[in-house]
Amino acid sequence: MSRSFLATLALMIVVLAGLPMIAGLFGLVQATLFISMAVLALSQGFIWGYGGIMSFGQSAFFGLGGYAYAIAAIDLGESTLPLALAILVPTLFAALLGYFMFYGRISDAYVGVITLTVTVILFNVANSTAGDAWRIGQAALGGFNGIPSVPPLNVPGQPDNQLSPAALYGVAAVLLVMVYALLRGLLATKFGRVVVAIRENETRAMLLGYDPRLYKTITFAIGGGIAGLAGCLFTNWGGFVSPTVFGLQQAAQVIIFVLLGGLGTLIGPILGAVAVQYLIIAIGTQQTFNANLILGIVLLAFVLLIPRGVLPSLGLLAERIAARPAPDPAPAAVEARP
Amino acid sequence: MTGVPLLEARGVSMRFGGVTAVDTVDFGLGERELRCLIGPNGAGKSTFFKMLTGQLRPTAGRVLFRGRDITGARPHEIARLAVGIKTQVPNVFNGLSVAENVFVAARRGKSARQARAMVDQVLTRLGLAEIARRIVGQLAHGQRQWVEIGTVLAQEPELILLDEPAAGMTHEEVVRTSELIREINRAQALIVVEHDMQFIRMIARTVTVFNRGRILIEDDVERVLTHQAVRDVYLGKKAA
Amino acid sequence: MLAALIGFNVLTSIAELLLLVIGLGMIYGLMRIINLAHGEFLMLGAYATVVSAHAGVNLWVAMLIIAPLFVGLFGLLVERTLIRFLYGRMIDTMLATWGLSLGLIGLVTSIFGTTVRGVSAPLGSFAIGPYNASLYSVFTIIVALLTVLGLFVLLRATKFGLIVRATMQNPEMAAALGVPPGRVYMATFGLGAALTGLAGGVIAPVSGVAPGMGAAYVARAFITVLGGGAATITGSTLASTLFGTIDQVVTFWTTPVFGQVALLLFAVVMIRMLPQGITGRFFRRSI
Repeated sequence: MSRSFLATLALMIVVLAGLPMIAGLFGLVQATLFISMAVLALSQGFIWGYGGIMSFGQSAFFGLGGYAYAIAAIDLGESTLPLALAILVPTLFAALLGYFMFYGRISDAYVGVITLTVTVILFNVANSTAGDAWRIGQAALGGFNGIPSVPPLNVPGQPDNQLSPAALYGVAAVLLVMVYALLRGLLATKFGRVVVAIRENETRAMLLGYDPRLYKTITFAIGGGIAGLAGCLFTNWGGFVSPTVFGLQQAAQVIIFVLLGGLGTLIGPILGAVAVQYLIIAIGTQQTFNANLILGIVLLAFVLLIPRGVLPSLGLLAERIAARPAPDPAPAAVEARP
Repeated sequence: MTGVPLLEARGVSMRFGGVTAVDTVDFGLGERELRCLIGPNGAGKSTFFKMLTGQLRPTAGRVLFRGRDITGARPHEIARLAVGIKTQVPNVFNGLSVAENVFVAARRGKSARQARAMVDQVLTRLGLAEIARRIVGQLAHGQRQWVEIGTVLAQEPELILLDEPAAGMTHEEVVRTSELIREINRAQALIVVEHDMQFIRMIARTVTVFNRGRILIEDDVERVLTHQAVRDVYLGKKAA
Repeated sequence: MLAALIGFNVLTSIAELLLLVIGLGMIYGLMRIINLAHGEFLMLGAYATVVSAHAGVNLWVAMLIIAPLFVGLFGLLVERTLIRFLYGRMIDTMLATWGLSLGLIGLVTSIFGTTVRGVSAPLGSFAIGPYNASLYSVFTIIVALLTVLGLFVLLRATKFGLIVRATMQNPEMAAALGVPPGRVYMATFGLGAALTGLAGGVIAPVSGVAPGMGAAYVARAFITVLGGGAATITGSTLASTLFGTIDQVVTFWTTPVFGQVALLLFAVVMIRMLPQGITGRFFRRSI
């Protein structure tokens, strides 16, 4: 385990653990929203910054996770399985979509358009599910209005012991730390190194015997699962889920989280998510035009003002990744494995 | 050449639309043989090379590795058969360090510890140990070529395919590369596509000359380089 | 007679889709730019129409002249101030135009608010057997046809078209021949924008006009252009025909929403099989 990882982890834990002492209940509830956005940003940051997969539709998996949780929680009355489903359903869907895209030699830009299209398809479908005919078990999909009164997470095995908002914050915080740690750990394994290598030069990775299609599909699936988890947290935060989770604005926000926070790191997207979400709230969510206008200007400024563009910056940031304790060529150094 | 050839191409052709880049070529390489492929521009040697590496699928004919049909196999499958490939334009991981480049290569099929040992070995052998931590994208062209060769060696292939390994190198680097290739050839077979005649002279034994998609002549290096038809072809005259 | 009605609806669907994508197809086909603000160009055309119509301008003029002119000029501005710095950087262009899209939605919302506006569709209806069909749809079909033909003639038979095609194929050569590539790019982007503005004007009477209206068309437009492939006119036409038919046929059996879903799904699958689009495999040399 590298020193910078432990330091970042420690800092994260300190901040998250310390927050309840300085923030009131309202602050903790807000923080839960920030955390769900941070987890979503991590999914995008992972597959894009490290995997080189330019997905414009992480909101698709975010929404699938939210809806899967909502429907399952209403139908099953207990929240443990729904939480698992919120991760599994998007993962499977992402694996399928990934297989479809990456084994089809579709170029990078097309990945963006296709994932965008998928999230639009899901948005349209979710929007048109109004009326009683659209039910899964007891859960009415609700069309444009979505699914209200979604039962929050409960202590596993005790359906009546539902989490209070403060406890929900605690769970969300723990999950954020876990996802971050897991991703960092994953990146240090052979799998993670190959994923980064593929992003650096797919041809060379292929010529070294690695199948990029497989690695990309798995990476994309993992990203889907993490986004789904974020969706579950989001649904818990709001107590409801609606088609906007699939929407274009949500999709754009994720990209901005990562761009702003720093493509090519894990902590960057987390910070970007918090900053942007805070910005949106500060301006006031009722006046959506302001959010749109500002998001638009931010995106524009970012793309224009980074003179070498977003992608070459990836290279610079990759150096930062590379500078992290790499496999030490001297045999004396022993890398402790987590 | 006795026994089952290490690598064999039987009647391979490559057509792009109306253009036949490679025309019914038969080719064989023995264990631990070093073969150079030369020919003027557009002769088809790079296209032929790509058919061996899996980057192009032959429109006709078969490619066999140790008797096993690898025609149209994907590059990563061919690499897994212990074939190492260095492309014409260096394909390296520009954002990673020299050591990391070789580590990713070494890691396949080995544990992290074994891979690290291999990285040491390769870097020492290639004289790259001093720049192990440098980011490859910032290195000079010649060094990048060596890093690429390093990634190839790290997988301990039985057959190594090199496309213009001396391109863009200084004279000293060329000499060093030729020594390296001769050293590698003690244990492994190599096919080298090259333009640099000086370099060819340093390393070649048997040379295959391509012209207009076919093999013009395949013989000992001295005989080939003094052959009138070969000179004609390089000077643009009609080949006999 | 039902078949005739369905056929007519299919034609209308194709025409609408074609109008929707022809400008985008021009920008993508000739310049390889993925303009994610496409929906907002459409929206601007619709607003230009509605605002001028409400200000007393004749509706036809508003639709067919003011809308394309306004959006075309805006397109010129966008190209000069934004796009031209990002040539060759496809992902960055996508991100920048996405930012532009959000910004435009925000701007229009600030000026006009979010209430849906509109103008009523002129022309009334006519009969296909026992069924009613809209004469406005006939108008749409005619406009689509004329636009495609006009563009074809422009690109094929005029000096301007030749310059555009030459520059797109080989900018250095064109420059060596005295053609300023920058100007050509600007004109092409402006023309593509104008065509999209026209589409926005034409759909304004049959669609609610709101700042976010573009979003409903963006995915469909993109996937149609990608499905069509590199050839601007042929690709857009073929893809629109194929996808428009599927959309309408599925809509006939279910709902418009599912019609769209079917279109998108089919397109995604088709692109998987034809990664270069239809004209990547067939009719390769066409415009």
